[in-house]
Amino acid sequence: MGLLIQYTLIFSAVLILVALGGMFSERSGIINLGLEGIMVFGAMAGAMVMVLLPETASKGTIIILTLVAAAVCGMLASLLIAVACINFNADQTLIGTALNMLATAAATVIIKAFNTARSNGTDFSAKLDYIRGHDAFVFDAFGIQLSWFIVVAVILLVVAIIVFYKTKFALRLRSCGEHPQAAESVGISVYAMRYAGVLISGFLAGIGGIIYIAAANSTWHFDYGVAGAGFLSLAVMIFGQWKPERIAWSAILFAVFRSLSNVYMGIGFLHALPISGTVYNIMPYVISLLVLAFTSKNSRAPKAEGIPYDKGQR
Amino acid sequence: MEEKKSLLRKPGFQTLLASVLCAILGIIIGFFILLAMNPEHAAEGMFAILRNFFKYSNNPTNLMYYLGSTLVKAVPLILCSEAILFAFKTGLFNIGCAGQYTVGIIASLYTAIALQWNWFFCVLAAILAGALWGAICGFFKAYCNVNEVIAGIMLNWISLYLCNIILGNKTVMNTTKSETYDLVAKNKGGLLPGFLSGLFGNNQYMTIAVPLTVVLAIAILFVLNKTVFGYELKATGHSKDAAKYAGMNAKRNIILSLVISGAIAGLAASFYYLTGIEHYKIASSVPGMGFSGIAVAFLGGLHPIGAIFAGIFVEYITLGGQYLNTNYYNPQVADLMIAIIIYLCGFVLFFKTIINRPGKVKTNANAEPENKTAGNAADKKEV
Repeated sequence: MGLLIQYTLIFSAVLILVALGGMFSERSGIINLGLEGIMVFGAMAGAMVMVLLPETASKGTIIILTLVAAAVCGMLASLLIAVACINFNADQTLIGTALNMLATAAATVIIKAFNTARSNGTDFSAKLDYIRGHDAFVFDAFGIQLSWFIVVAVILLVVAIIVFYKTKFALRLRSCGEHPQAAESVGISVYAMRYAGVLISGFLAGIGGIIYIAAANSTWHFDYGVAGAGFLSLAVMIFGQWKPERIAWSAILFAVFRSLSNVYMGIGFLHALPISGTVYNIMPYVISLLVLAFTSKNSRAPKAEGIPYDKGQR
Repeated sequence: MEEKKSLLRKPGFQTLLASVLCAILGIIIGFFILLAMNPEHAAEGMFAILRNFFKYSNNPTNLMYYLGSTLVKAVPLILCSEAILFAFKTGLFNIGCAGQYTVGIIASLYTAIALQWNWFFCVLAAILAGALWGAICGFFKAYCNVNEVIAGIMLNWISLYLCNIILGNKTVMNTTKSETYDLVAKNKGGLLPGFLSGLFGNNQYMTIAVPLTVVLAIAILFVLNKTVFGYELKATGHSKDAAKYAGMNAKRNIILSLVISGAIAGLAASFYYLTGIEHYKIASSVPGMGFSGIAVAFLGGLHPIGAIFAGIFVEYITLGGQYLNTNYYNPQVADLMIAIIIYLCGFVLFFKTIINRPGKVKTNANAEPENKTAGNAADKKEV
């Protein structure tokens, strides 16, 4: 049972952060299908830092530098989306897809080159081991193994909720996702707000990426990317109707099922049921599809999302 | 000069020009990446990718064999992009294509290996499975207002896990290797009939899938541009409400569009796996073919015929990565180049706006060099 809670916490941390990222971006009017790619970039940067830091680095340094690297790299990756979609009116779904392809390919190429150089041409794999970095994040509390990543996620969630509901900035951001021309007419810079939205999504998805690969594992094969976690987060975001607190709840729901598929072997009565682990994997998708079917009639998607901003349009 | 200008104004030519420009720019950036990784061998590496199978040019049999392989592998890519652009004309972004492709894999391999059906019925099963998957997505979109992108993503994952369960069955899968049995050994009747394989260096994977893909592309072009049905689909895509006002059944059109799109994606899977060129392996992520199809569709300028050339080009570069000297580079550099090219495709709209800008208005100084490069590229093309 402890294991179930542990996995659920980790998965929900990832899903919450990345889905919140998607939320900020979509609220500003940019559909961010590239979350998956941003996660890969963030994960790669974080893992590199963990590998490269010297043996003597203290736990605190590892934690802070890893998170900073992941966040910064995520933001840089999100700039690819921002520049293309905000300044050049590119098709947002296309750019997102391109970024996903780009990220997996780039991460594979970079990590392979890195491994080859490090091992003097004996290791061509796209795999990184960061057991030391992984251990730095682990601490014990309440009888189960917890990770600092989860603490970070909780803090960021609280900050996101406060920012989203209580600040002038978020109100402006949201107005750009609903009716950018109206926002511009009262002196809000739509471009700046959309940049802010996309960059926040890069920041959060980058951190989400490193949590995804480092919280439960100590090695990662980068040719797999992040195996669809970014897309799952998008589903969580829609399930959460673009509202941070609802996103948190739906992320936990998804995470419970996701972890069930990992740990159901260890839970007596579930193991006894004649259900294969794959079924637990399907559950979150089927449930969310059905729930979406019943709730989407009055979906609260930002009205202007996906539409490039055209100043002259009425 | 005057003539070139009028040529530049043609939308079809602009699309072609933009795609070619994207490809060239992508290759140049790819070269810089090679330079950054290993400056000494960059030129050699780039040459290897671009020369590709032409390195066998002194041996026509081998040359044709590898040309055949490229075509065979391009088939599912082209069909997936046809599926995506078909739905796109109705204003639907069918990211669920990947899932429709996956259920196509399930249907074609299960019927071929477990049920020992004839290839024709296997293909039919794959088409129906893909169409059903598209219909589910369309139903949710039309009647429940679920965004097709999200419904598609959910269905992608459901199809992946279904695929792992169904094809993981002992009758279909060699469980020790966790990949499906060889189709040639299990059911020869399940293989697609060959097509000109003698011409392509006895490439046994060369099947009727290749010519049928071209036929299908032309059929799609015809349906979209010359039929009432195609017109209705496009009208629904432009404005759902206006189409409804004009007496078209918007809901029916949405569902039909996704059904057809799904059917094409299912067909793509059967046209690939029923050649026996690849076995399905238990996977932890959705097959990427559907996503690459998005890329190819855009690179092909969202034109059914353009998609053929774009698909072959993308496959050519991807396979070109294998010719790289692995001591210096890894084959994924080619994937990276493709991704960059796709990313650049996003700028096509901007590029077109610049070309179409009336000549006298030159407010944007940055527009100048862009224009020049466009002109140069046009010159090169005409030579």
